[in-house]
Amino acid sequence: MTPKARNVVIICVAVFMVLHHDFWLWEDGTLVFGFLPSGLAYHAVYSIVIAVFWFLVMKFAWPQAIEDFAESGDEEKDGGEE
Amino acid sequence: MTPLNIVFIYLGLILLLGVGSSFFARGSSSDYFKASHSVGPILLLLTVFGTTMTAFALVGSSGEAFKRGIGVYGLMASWSGLIHSAVFFLVGIKLWSFGKKYGYNTQIQFFRERYESKALGFMLFPVLVGLVIPYLLIGVKAGGGALAAISEDQFSAKWASALICGIVLVYVFFGGMRGTTWANAMQTLIFMITGVIAFYMISNKLGGVSAAIEAAQAKSPSHLTREKIGHAEFFSYFLIPLSVGMFPHLFQHWLTAKSAKAFKLSVVLHPICIMLVWVPCVLIGVWAVAHFPADTKHTGVMMKMIGLLDTPTMVGILSAGILAAIMSSLDSQFMCVGTMFTNDVLFNIKDESTFTDKQKIWAGRIFIILIVVITWILAQYTTKSIFSMAVWCFSGFTGLFPIVFAALYWKRATKAGAIAALFVTAITWCALFFSNVKLVLGCKPVTFIFLASAVAMFIVSMLSKPPSDETVQKFFPEKA
Repeated sequence: MTPKARNVVIICVAVFMVLHHDFWLWEDGTLVFGFLPSGLAYHAVYSIVIAVFWFLVMKFAWPQAIEDFAESGDEEKDGGEE
Repeated sequence: MTPLNIVFIYLGLILLLGVGSSFFARGSSSDYFKASHSVGPILLLLTVFGTTMTAFALVGSSGEAFKRGIGVYGLMASWSGLIHSAVFFLVGIKLWSFGKKYGYNTQIQFFRERYESKALGFMLFPVLVGLVIPYLLIGVKAGGGALAAISEDQFSAKWASALICGIVLVYVFFGGMRGTTWANAMQTLIFMITGVIAFYMISNKLGGVSAAIEAAQAKSPSHLTREKIGHAEFFSYFLIPLSVGMFPHLFQHWLTAKSAKAFKLSVVLHPICIMLVWVPCVLIGVWAVAHFPADTKHTGVMMKMIGLLDTPTMVGILSAGILAAIMSSLDSQFMCVGTMFTNDVLFNIKDESTFTDKQKIWAGRIFIILIVVITWILAQYTTKSIFSMAVWCFSGFTGLFPIVFAALYWKRATKAGAIAALFVTAITWCALFFSNVKLVLGCKPVTFIFLASAVAMFIVSMLSKPPSDETVQKFFPEKA
């Protein structure tokens, strides 16, 4: 992952943390689609948006170097001796 | 067919699957403790999700929603969707890479080498086990309670929990990590599917989703809002899901991954899986407001709602789903504590090379039996609610999060810093837990445990001798 991609991911996570706090729906009991309280509907959609975000992160900011590091070099030793 | 018969069929199937997996075992201790790094993306998604969602997700969420309304979803589920995936991505993949490269079986082995300290390993061990045990108690207690309710008190909760422990013990004992992974995957599928069925059946019974929520709204409009939850508390809950970064049982599941790419599916779909389980459970908890008095024991709300259905077959299927959620965490935790005793205690007292592979597996099995028995005994004396016990347990793991994060991302992090963070976490956790505070300045106590631990980690690391160049090169390779 490049430093630029990493910074974008960090900024996006920070934005999502702010968006989590939907104070404007705090006392709103309106039903969406006739059965879902608005606060719950917002957070359900929030969960879906987060999944899309992580999909994009996997696609564009995958840390290939970590995988290469694990697969390269010495055979695994067993038990983590010192 | 009675609900109890259906539950017994489910328990039999799980037993068969877990024990059957032992026929695929390769006979090595690496296979017993980490399934020979053979787990692909789908199995990893199901096991990691099943492990993080326990009795807390099904029974706790509906019970807490019955008490506090729909805000429970925001407190735990949507925060977990964001933070869990971030931890899998930032912490899980890196830990997997070190585990694979250097052959670790437990977190403590990683910390011992990263922080160049055997002493830290010995100090971490009782803290991690001490935090896993309450988490185990949640499952044993909830599983026993659920099975006792299904049997209409033919079994007492005490013997019902013994039966659950016994079944989990058998398949963990024979199947090791592979058996645990297979059983976990099946349990996750079962509880996700039964959750959707429960939602559909219960809503039908109540006259449809609209009628169900309208009845709750008429009885208690505040349950459809977050009036019962403060802003600071709502925000501070974001720290709770950080706990997964220090779950020893999750670390062990991460180690089973075949490759780093196996993590991709877990990172992306974890928030969706949480949503599929939590939205129905929270709604069922809120609907219950219209049907049961406010002083109803809230942990029993889900079982009471299922009990509204007249069809015994459906009650049996849905009850099996609840047990699946509970057992999918229990097995991983039993397995991990057994692994920790074997690798972090036994092999530090007596040189690992003096044990044959078979002896290592048997040592793990003996420790697993001991832990199951101890947990069952302790569960008989636990009185705290599932939700509050889980939150306290998660708070402790969150306090330890700076230790793992600094180990992976801060070269300057030292063993003195890690030891300081460990002690500060233990002290602040005990002080807040035993003073029985629910909120401090409107925030969850975890906020202060985490901040104190992070500050201790930073200051003491800066004041102590940096790690050796060899360790820095080992854990901070140029391109990783």
